Amino acid sequence: MSNRKDVLAVLRENARQSNADIARQTGLTEPEVERIVDELESEGVVKGYTAIVDWEAVEEGDEPVRATVELNVTLDRETNYIDIADRIAKFPQVKSLRLISGDYDFDMEVEGDSMSEVSHFVSDKIAPIPEITQTVTHYIMESYKEQGIEFGDGNDDDRLSISP
Amino acid sequence: MTFEPADRVDQVPPSGIRRFFELAEEMDDIISLGVGEPDFSTPWSAREAAIASLEQGKTSYTANRGKRELRERIADDVAERYGLDYDPDEEILVTTGASEGVDLAFRALLNPGDQVAVSQPCYVSYKPGVTFAGADVIDVPTRVADDFKLTREVLEDSGAAEADALIFCYPNNPTGATMTEAELRPVAEFAREHDLLVFADEIYSELSYEHDHTSIATLPGMRERTVVFNGFSKAYAMTGLRLGYALAPPEAITAMNRIHQYTMLSAPTTPQYAAIEALDNCESELREMREQYDRRRQLVLSRFDEMGLDCFTAKGAFYAFPECPWDDVDAFAEALLEAKRVAVVPGSAFGVGGDGHLRVSYATGMSDLKTAMDRIESFLADQ
Ligand SMILES: Cc1ncc(COP(=O)(O)O)c(C=O)c1O
Repeated sequence: MSNRKDVLAVLRENARQSNADIARQTGLTEPEVERIVDELESEGVVKGYTAIVDWEAVEEGDEPVRATVELNVTLDRETNYIDIADRIAKFPQVKSLRLISGDYDFDMEVEGDSMSEVSHFVSDKIAPIPEITQTVTHYIMESYKEQGIEFGDGNDDDRLSISP
Repeated sequence: MTFEPADRVDQVPPSGIRRFFELAEEMDDIISLGVGEPDFSTPWSAREAAIASLEQGKTSYTANRGKRELRERIADDVAERYGLDYDPDEEILVTTGASEGVDLAFRALLNPGDQVAVSQPCYVSYKPGVTFAGADVIDVPTRVADDFKLTREVLEDSGAAEADALIFCYPNNPTGATMTEAELRPVAEFAREHDLLVFADEIYSELSYEHDHTSIATLPGMRERTVVFNGFSKAYAMTGLRLGYALAPPEAITAMNRIHQYTMLSAPTTPQYAAIEALDNCESELREMREQYDRRRQLVLSRFDEMGLDCFTAKGAFYAFPECPWDDVDAFAEALLEAKRVAVVPGSAFGVGGDGHLRVSYATGMSDLKTAMDRIESFLADQ
């Protein structure tokens, strides 16, 4: 169990490492790491790997339009949160979907090529779902930190190159 | 008249890493594994506490011994982590880095002509500190065969029985060696038998990866003869904030404070606020840093093993101490720097017993560390 935790911790820090490097950091053998990663993937613990992109740094024009959308829903005897979430999550435009506590029910992140694409998506595909009572769209204007990684210039290492 | 250094200053050689430092500073594309401090920044909430204290204008001196609130937190913290029991009013002195604590202890508790057994390889300040206090050093070289642990045998062989005091540091800089409670017992026994004061530099106590840190002061009959040095530099990545502390019975702390109150007045105020926050709220950051160091440690040790570089299993701090494949360690370190742009420090800079080895610090981000390992491997392959 703790081997799995170790491998998971290394993957969460940087998933783009060879099994050999993961093995060296965890004291496992390479085949063990391979087996654990396979297990984590096949059991659905690890759902995927993705790059964390600072779109500001990408060439002009390539930046997608992103919005977080508050969704309010009403439930009835036949429909629960999972049913609604399943319908919404199927759209490829939806990048994340979470049930949250507080003033609204779902927190949905949407991505599109343009603002009109995103707003049409929300008004044409999401709002008409019968259980959805209200949507509030917030366009993301700038991102400072994603998934624990801070954007910006980063910290220069200003330590002395040799110290006791 | 001219400025001539005083004799006790003249006696101390300039720092052994100086020349190497100058070489490395001239190059701007190096990866340095020669750094003796964390690559992380101080946890943000501790930095914020420091900023907030400045905003509130809290910039006056503190009590000589440090803010009472901080001393209470330190007392609670060392009790919880190591089972140490020190009274915040009489037995804790907040210092300008552990460095100041070491200097104070030497000057306050040693007399000219006293002999201090210095376990080596060690941090560079001990021997000069003993000299500045007018005392004399007995070299105690630990051995690679013992994984650089301090043993009763090396203490006996080096004449430490004649000493008045003993200083050592585990987890160790530069070797990365650690000592378990069982391994410390014979050292404690030796100190009791020969009535030695013990100076225990435990600055790396939170960076012990394979077993819990034991403070020698917790062993029977040791508290009354031990001064423990610790601080915030390594655990909380606060080196530049210059804050540490000493733990000892009231007589020792009173004597140390006698010097401190005149020469330092009080440790810097702003970092004391950062330190309170660090002790209160930075446990998860501490754990995260420790986990990252541990992964790097394992990577470095595995890579050394694969490239055929002999290295004992260092279990603490953020150093590995491989054997140098060349007889001339300085030449090796220089050639590695010139050819592959990787800086490591010759072990001889850390006193007797360090020769023939290289100090490799893994206080460096994982991707640089991997690149540095590739370069060392290719350097070895070129030979
Ligand atoms: C073993 C040892 N003791 C003490 C110190 C100094 O610590 P501080 O920053 O608390 O003065 C260092 C710093 O490198 C060290 O390695």
